[in-house]
Amino acid sequence: MFRKLHDPGPAALTIFVDGRPVTAEAGESVAAVLLRQPEGWCRTTPVSQSRRAPYCMMGVCFECLVEVDEQGSVQSCLTPVRDGMRIARQQGRRSLGA
Amino acid sequence: MRPDIVVIGGGTVGAAIAFGLARRRQKVQLLDGDDGDFRAAHANFGLVWLQGKGLDMPAYQALTRDSIASWRSFADELEAETRINLAYEQNGGLAFCLGAVEFEKRGLDLLRLHNQRGEGEPDWEMLNRHALERLLPKVTLGPDVTGASFGRRDGHANPLRLLAALHGAVARHGGAVRHRTRVQRIEAADGEFRLELPDEVLVAPRIVIAAGLGSGELARHVGLEVPVHPERGQVLVTERLTPFLPLPASGLRQTADGTVMIGATKEECGFDVSTTSDAAVRLSRKTVRTVPALEQARLVRQWAGLRVMTPDSYPIYARSERHPGAFVALCHSGVTLAAFHAETLAEAIIADALPVKLAPFHPRRFNVPKAA
Amino acid sequence: MTPTDTDLLIVGAGPAGMAAAVMARHCGLSVHVVDDQSEPGGQVWRAIETVAATQRAARLGAAYQVGADRAATFRSCGAIFEPQCQLWQIEPGFKAFTTRAGRAGKIGAKAIILATGAQERPAPFPGWTLPGVMTVGAAQILLKTADSVPEKPVWIAGCGPLTLLYATQLLAAGGRIAGLLDTTPRARLATALRHLPRALGRLGDLAKGLGWALALKRAGLPTVRHVCELQAEGRQRLERVCYRCDNGRSGEVAADVLLVHEGVVPNIHVPLTLGCNVSWHVDQQCFVPVLDVWGETSKQNVFVAGDGAGIGGAEVAEIRGRLAALRVASRLGMLSEDDAVAAARPEFVALARALALRPFLDALFAPRLQVFAPADETLACRCEEVTAGELRARAAEGRPGVNQLKAFTRAGMGPCQGRQCAYTMAHIIAAIQHRPVAEVGLFRMRPPLKPVTLGELASLDEQEPAR
Repeated sequence: MFRKLHDPGPAALTIFVDGRPVTAEAGESVAAVLLRQPEGWCRTTPVSQSRRAPYCMMGVCFECLVEVDEQGSVQSCLTPVRDGMRIARQQGRRSLGA
Repeated sequence: MRPDIVVIGGGTVGAAIAFGLARRRQKVQLLDGDDGDFRAAHANFGLVWLQGKGLDMPAYQALTRDSIASWRSFADELEAETRINLAYEQNGGLAFCLGAVEFEKRGLDLLRLHNQRGEGEPDWEMLNRHALERLLPKVTLGPDVTGASFGRRDGHANPLRLLAALHGAVARHGGAVRHRTRVQRIEAADGEFRLELPDEVLVAPRIVIAAGLGSGELARHVGLEVPVHPERGQVLVTERLTPFLPLPASGLRQTADGTVMIGATKEECGFDVSTTSDAAVRLSRKTVRTVPALEQARLVRQWAGLRVMTPDSYPIYARSERHPGAFVALCHSGVTLAAFHAETLAEAIIADALPVKLAPFHPRRFNVPKAA
Repeated sequence: MTPTDTDLLIVGAGPAGMAAAVMARHCGLSVHVVDDQSEPGGQVWRAIETVAATQRAARLGAAYQVGADRAATFRSCGAIFEPQCQLWQIEPGFKAFTTRAGRAGKIGAKAIILATGAQERPAPFPGWTLPGVMTVGAAQILLKTADSVPEKPVWIAGCGPLTLLYATQLLAAGGRIAGLLDTTPRARLATALRHLPRALGRLGDLAKGLGWALALKRAGLPTVRHVCELQAEGRQRLERVCYRCDNGRSGEVAADVLLVHEGVVPNIHVPLTLGCNVSWHVDQQCFVPVLDVWGETSKQNVFVAGDGAGIGGAEVAEIRGRLAALRVASRLGMLSEDDAVAAARPEFVALARALALRPFLDALFAPRLQVFAPADETLACRCEEVTAGELRARAAEGRPGVNQLKAFTRAGMGPCQGRQCAYTMAHIIAAIQHRPVAEVGLFRMRPPLKPVTLGELASLDEQEPAR
């Protein structure tokens, strides 16, 4: 859906999205990275399993919820990337390790 | 068109009574207060519960038992009429016990209740940790959980859908549901009741006051003294989760939507409906002690409701002697008692006579002086 | 984490929050600032610290680059700054509860300045929840923070200065715009021109805006005017946009990304949960906290500064931040009343001047009423997936209030807590029940202000005395 205008160069780092390594740049949000992936969507809703993607990018819509390093329902637009971060798209209702 | 009966209060109690009246062909008007009123009905946990009820008041245990016995058919009928799924499950319920002392006390209380009942097979049992774990395969219990009491007849339902269904059913049976129609005064004279509403005066031969915390003032107009006071209860609700808790527990249940409800506090703080961080923290700690995995769950909403509390916590059902035709009904277990309200109580109101088994619920038990 | 105590807690490190912090520190107050982002700057100067050092700062414009200087001043003013910190409750006293890095925290403060800014006005339409539909503000944030633009030529629908600004910035960055669906109603300019004489005091701003509009015109972008209906379609993602104009003309375009914008409204979530009085602004169809000239709400020692006090832009926000800080300083005895008033005098003058353009802008970009009357199949509540049609049907039975409607339909019960649906619900009830929107109001908003985890809550210091 979106593309970056420049190459991160030395500021590049790697995060994992559903197990796949993806290049990101220090300082950008997880949501921004997800919007550059071919899928575009970042979760399916717990109510109807419909696909959603980030909508507001500022924390007031809660569409960008993903699992970050095993913590679920994290607002990815407010989460800066870190090298080695593991992101998982949330599908439907969350499962706890209960 | 003149109504046969006006029910004042559109909460779970009033709406269930109105439904019972309407389906027995009474012309009913159900009057609900203002949108911002204290609405215990919006704060209900959703348990349809028997275990632990009525310690030292056998009549209340019996009342609860009766209501639960007919809850299934009550729910089926409501669902069929309104097509609203009440999500009623009656597979039993738990009360978790943290620590051996709590476990032992629980067992003794339930035994006492059983003895007070004086008959019938026990419909509860104490489950040690091992038995509890077998019952909850998807749950890893916290180390402090000693066990739980299991009540065979307990269950849960969606309290808001119940309320919506009751309102809908009243309308379907020809009753009128009127929101934002607060009764300011009741004038009882010549065998009828004149209700002062914001924009009109409504006259009816019979009325039922089921206005929760607002009942005290209204009941006085018809010669009844009903002592009620608020007891705050705060509840937490999480985001939706995949099913893992197959049975409701008092204080912890997973709804059909997948959300987990956690409750509830018992606070004396007047009419303050603020939610507090203290409650959020205490309820979270207790929950995480019981099911540690819930520490990852997100709290989406917290609310506070004011329980309609009487001096001994048990319901008040009364018929006015000074002004026959006026009834009062209030309790803080409107969901569990909904079936009873819709059936036995509604019938009694139509017959203009409360049955003897409801005598223990008359407010004279508080020895309060009658209104002059 | 043990509680920290401060004189002044500022929620939000945007223009207003930063200006308030700097002024408060100047007056000798201890200051603690929290923000849910990782850097100061709010939305208008989002990621300014990261971006200022790069090449792309230049093409984002001078107004953005001003933020770098502000952020530097803020960083060195001696305020405690906690980024990536979510506020979930404020209790009287004041005790503010936060979470950060998985742990809850508590801040005691004598006064609070809420500088949480604004959000885009929710403008629901069928298909608005499809991946590929986003706000113009979101796209601008992506441009600033990630130097990203839509891959394919983008469609932009809406009305308001942000739409023009983003379109200009996008083109300057080498992005491509497929076309503009301008929803500004016909004859709006004529109405707005009434306010032009006053607006002429802000000639520079006017010229800037005109400049954007002309630049876009020169770019020769396909523009459809007076669009009054939108629909996004596609299987599981945006594929097409359908539109209809007020003259009946309709059309359909292929689209990968659709950006929408129908103005901004103050964030009133926190003031509402604190019980502050709000008033209804008919022109902008939104609630605004009731404030005195210093920005104090109806709750003593709670202030609102910035766009949260009423949309005014960055310059106005900074002035309001400083005014609130001055008042807090005099309230807490760090400044005499006379000194506070003297320091405030030039700020009040500057404020009046800075606000001169608002009536013109507010009239020009007043929200069109279709925004509040989405088609029945629209998901009015995104989180709980409740359609406008469902809300209408329920609102018609027995005339429930907005809290009752929420209880019956679940609309408003999701994680956004009404940020995307409360206004829509109020308008739907108002329309069905023939009541003014201001009287219908918004449903009761409560903490938690953000969905914190039970573990974070449970971690709050064990030593805390019970309430």
